[in-house]
Amino acid sequence: MSLVLPGQHVAAQHVNLKLGPGLLQTSGDASTSAPPIIATRAGTLNHNPNGSKWWVENNSRRYVPAAQESVVGVIIQKAGEGFRVDIGSAQAASLDGLAFESATKRNKPNLKIGSLVYARVSLAHKDMEPELECFDAQTRKSEGFGELKGGFMVRCSSAMCRQLLDSKHFLLPMLGARFPLETAIGVNGRVWVNAKDVREVIGIARCIEAVDPDVGGTDEAGIANLLRNLGL
Amino acid sequence: MRPPSPSIPEKEFLFTALKQSLRLDGREPLELRPPVLSFGPELGWVECALGKTRVIAHVDAKMVKPPPERPFEGIITIHSEISPMASSEYEIGRPSEEEITITRMLDKVLKRSDAVDKESLCILAGQRVWHLRLTLHCLADAGNMLDCACLAGIVALKHFRRPDVEVIGDEVTIHPPSERAPVPLSMHHTPFCLTFAFFPDSETSPVLDPSQLEQRLSAGLMSVALNAQRELCVVQKLGGVPLSLDEVLRIVNVAVLKAKELDQLVDTRLKEDWLGRNVELI
Repeated sequence: MSLVLPGQHVAAQHVNLKLGPGLLQTSGDASTSAPPIIATRAGTLNHNPNGSKWWVENNSRRYVPAAQESVVGVIIQKAGEGFRVDIGSAQAASLDGLAFESATKRNKPNLKIGSLVYARVSLAHKDMEPELECFDAQTRKSEGFGELKGGFMVRCSSAMCRQLLDSKHFLLPMLGARFPLETAIGVNGRVWVNAKDVREVIGIARCIEAVDPDVGGTDEAGIANLLRNLGL
Repeated sequence: MRPPSPSIPEKEFLFTALKQSLRLDGREPLELRPPVLSFGPELGWVECALGKTRVIAHVDAKMVKPPPERPFEGIITIHSEISPMASSEYEIGRPSEEEITITRMLDKVLKRSDAVDKESLCILAGQRVWHLRLTLHCLADAGNMLDCACLAGIVALKHFRRPDVEVIGDEVTIHPPSERAPVPLSMHHTPFCLTFAFFPDSETSPVLDPSQLEQRLSAGLMSVALNAQRELCVVQKLGGVPLSLDEVLRIVNVAVLKAKELDQLVDTRLKEDWLGRNVELI
């Protein structure tokens, strides 16, 4: 693991190289065999054990959409056939009314302005507005995407979202062992949570806030303590 | 770009939680986030934090000629900078209604409440007076920036010390801090501003020191400025839900208690800071 700055060359080489977020392959000159790879943002450089996948990890509150990422968005406008959705990026994303499970021309989902949706970014191009979809394009099944009803939306840093998505992270299993809960984690710094009781939802929200490396970075023992104080 | 208003689930959850007197940050409805005051190396430089809301206040003084209509009074000006740095709700050059309210309220609480004795800022009648400039930088808005800015401003005025001056005949001598200890401003009283948020549902009790989400979903805000001596300076309620007389009186009584607590906190913090400072006297 090493730190990289934007513009810095990264010595990533593999026959089947895959670049993740924060890395860019430049055209380079013909004299060198492999085109140079540069970092496009500051952060820690990571790669998988065999060196085929490389990416840069950093923490921020700004969200830059990338294809195939799950996000939590707020409907801000109904636009013709679809919706405009705020996903925290510089531009609002568009969500087609037909991009839902079992949606047809006649039977489109009726989402109100202000509703929350869990969606996948289907198109992210720097010169175009991002597009979302609420189903798997191959199977046309919802796969957990769609409108989020009830519950509460917690805002956190992007590093926190990635930690929550990591199945080895302690927080969600720890909370799940105490009471049943539902979550939808968007990598855009928004996490939707729901539980039976209001106290439990507040508890989850406060735990996420406390664990967020941007704010407190509380560890497992600290969270156990916090939960005990909350009476959960 | 202004952020869109809070989503429906957020709104509904907040209202159900408040109906059970539960707040998202675990506070009681009438509980203030504990203010954190930190002082800079200079006198009159204060950073005030209420949770994640942060404001820096800075006072400096210079000598000017007073306007002819008020020859015996010093001048105080407040510069409040509410920039997009605090929150994406604020825009440069286009002050929103909220920003104007904050600026006007700061003026009322810090200047028109006569917290600083303006006549004591006069050096030579009609010739020389002190001009105090209070600059407020809003660094982050996580709700209730008004109270935070008022607290920062008043603490900065209490923390500030101006250079000592001597008047012999028509001649004014300013003693630099190395020669004579600077003198604190003479203050009449210390007003504190406390903001309460009301919600559309009449069964929901009002909350003190609203967070950003509470503030945006509230049906109305009421700001009360008063000092620890129970003297009410400003009551501001711009529109919103109608309130009964009992409710207003109850709120003012709560505010009195909170103002006393704040007064104590400010005094202890100022004393601690003063003891930690080495003021050289030659």
